Amino acid sequence: MAEPTVAARAIEGRGPWRLVYERLRRDPAAVVSALTIVAIVLIALAAPLIASAVGHTPSTQYRDIGLSPAGIPVGPNGTFWFGTDSLGRDVFIRVVYGTRISLLAGVVSSVLAVLVGVVIGLAAGYFGGVVDTVLSRIMDVVLSLPFLVFAIALVSVAGPSLTISIGVIAFFSWASVGRIVRGQTLSLKETEYVEAARSLGAGDLRIMFVEILPNVLAPVIVYATLLIPGAIVFEATLSFLGLGVIPPTPTWGNMLSDSIAFYRVAWWFVVFPGAALLVTTLAFNLLGDSVRDAVNPHRGVGRESK
Amino acid sequence: MIRLLARRLAFALLVMWVVATGVFALYFVAPNNVARTIAGRQATEQTVELVRRRLGLDQPIPVQYVRFLGRLARGDLGYSFVNSQPVSEVIRRDLPVTASLALGAAIIWLAIGIGAGSLAATRPGSAADRVVTGASLFFYSMPTFLLGQIFLLLLFYRLTVAGYPIFPPSGYVPLTEDPAQWARHLILPWLTLALVTAATYARLTRGAMLDVLGEDYIRTARAKGISEGRITYRHALRSAIAPVITQFGIDVGILLGGAVVTEQVFGLPGLGREAVQAITTEDLPVIMGIALLASLFVVVASIVVDLCYALVDPRVRVR
Repeated sequence: MAEPTVAARAIEGRGPWRLVYERLRRDPAAVVSALTIVAIVLIALAAPLIASAVGHTPSTQYRDIGLSPAGIPVGPNGTFWFGTDSLGRDVFIRVVYGTRISLLAGVVSSVLAVLVGVVIGLAAGYFGGVVDTVLSRIMDVVLSLPFLVFAIALVSVAGPSLTISIGVIAFFSWASVGRIVRGQTLSLKETEYVEAARSLGAGDLRIMFVEILPNVLAPVIVYATLLIPGAIVFEATLSFLGLGVIPPTPTWGNMLSDSIAFYRVAWWFVVFPGAALLVTTLAFNLLGDSVRDAVNPHRGVGRESK
Repeated sequence: MIRLLARRLAFALLVMWVVATGVFALYFVAPNNVARTIAGRQATEQTVELVRRRLGLDQPIPVQYVRFLGRLARGDLGYSFVNSQPVSEVIRRDLPVTASLALGAAIIWLAIGIGAGSLAATRPGSAADRVVTGASLFFYSMPTFLLGQIFLLLLFYRLTVAGYPIFPPSGYVPLTEDPAQWARHLILPWLTLALVTAATYARLTRGAMLDVLGEDYIRTARAKGISEGRITYRHALRSAIAPVITQFGIDVGILLGGAVVTEQVFGLPGLGREAVQAITTEDLPVIMGIALLASLFVVVASIVVDLCYALVDPRVRVR
């Protein structure tokens, strides 16, 4: 009686994305990192709820209870779980709110970078010739700019803000996506199915976005997952240098910038925002690695049997 | 070889031209009035006008643009708005700090990164491989400024409180003044920069080595009875190292233009810290000068890398 079910399972059609999903589900690193990211997103969404449950706001200065009589920030206790900062603000609530900025900057700038990179990469690879030469040179130039120094130059003129940060991060990230997409498009446009589409009268745009794009999505998704943690670190770095989101809006970067002056008296300035930042980037990088392995299961593993 | 060099030089010039034009554009987008900034807050309208004319700011923009490029070609980066010091002098003062930091760290991260990466690649799946993979994921995810602060907290502060003041928290001593103090002040910055960067190199080396070790010529070498050590280092690492060298060129180039974060955390008076500080004083010439210099370093580093390839690998020369 067991035979038919086995046969039924064997012929069950499983698309490539389904296979990737199955592999990810069996990979403990992928499951743990995905759950961590879900938790981080929930914390970001629920930040106002958490704040009202605790009864503190991110920028209120609790000078009477949050600072010692000598004006020294208090360490973690029952009222302030992560202690207070030099102005008597609740570090826990600020870390919770910082989640929002980090995720927002990381995801939005990565999405922008992917959109621009995909369009430019497709155009360069598909049209070839002069278009390719010009677009490829532009990508080369962007990739060889010392981005942090340039971010400083841009911010010095435009003034620091979240929008500028996101723009700067996207500007320095799209070119690597573009390069990947261009390479894939170059080989895909010579395939027979593209030729078939063309002989059926499909226009350039249709071929680029309907025929070729779905087939370059896998590497793009892998790369995008790895782009997000990079963008989160970039935003935190800009905030840390005072070039990102302007205080008093809490970000992990500007909290860690405050802590430079205070780590001797208040280790919690460094430890809590630092841990939040590190856990977030680790989770995204771990997930990115897992997705990459799930998309290319043979890459690098078991090629060499000694 | 000559053609390769010519093509690389042409691209370098293109990059520098784009960067210079961008910098020029930024001056004009800048909301603050340059002449007024230089003349000072109390200056009369006549003085501001005089400064404008002296700087050539009354000329049409294309004329100013050509003059700007001309000055750059002669290496004239202009004068600081704040103290009228030539920007080139500011750079000459700060560059040794940044170079000490970047080059010292580069040696450490190359050794750790390539060493750990090839160790892991030759023993895939082993405990050593898992440790290397885990550690490189950890440091790869670690923001530089966070690692710097963790070092400050643990290795400077805790050790000093415990009675072992081995590491200073900040400051710089020139190499020519006292080599021992120079190194002592740079150890924590070196480690910070090196560990974060080494993670990328370990990942790169491991991936490239794993690919190469699956090649037929490695099996041939093994069949010929060549020792594993020789296969790893003479055969596999040699061809796996190409992407690592490319990355190295970019990284060293970028860092020589200012190891911004590390300098900021450890209070090292280098180019990166200078640029960050110049923002608060709105000292555009200093920021733009450093940005131009940084791009120049990246461009030169990538040319050097390409030439190294061409010298080592005959296939590159033919292309």
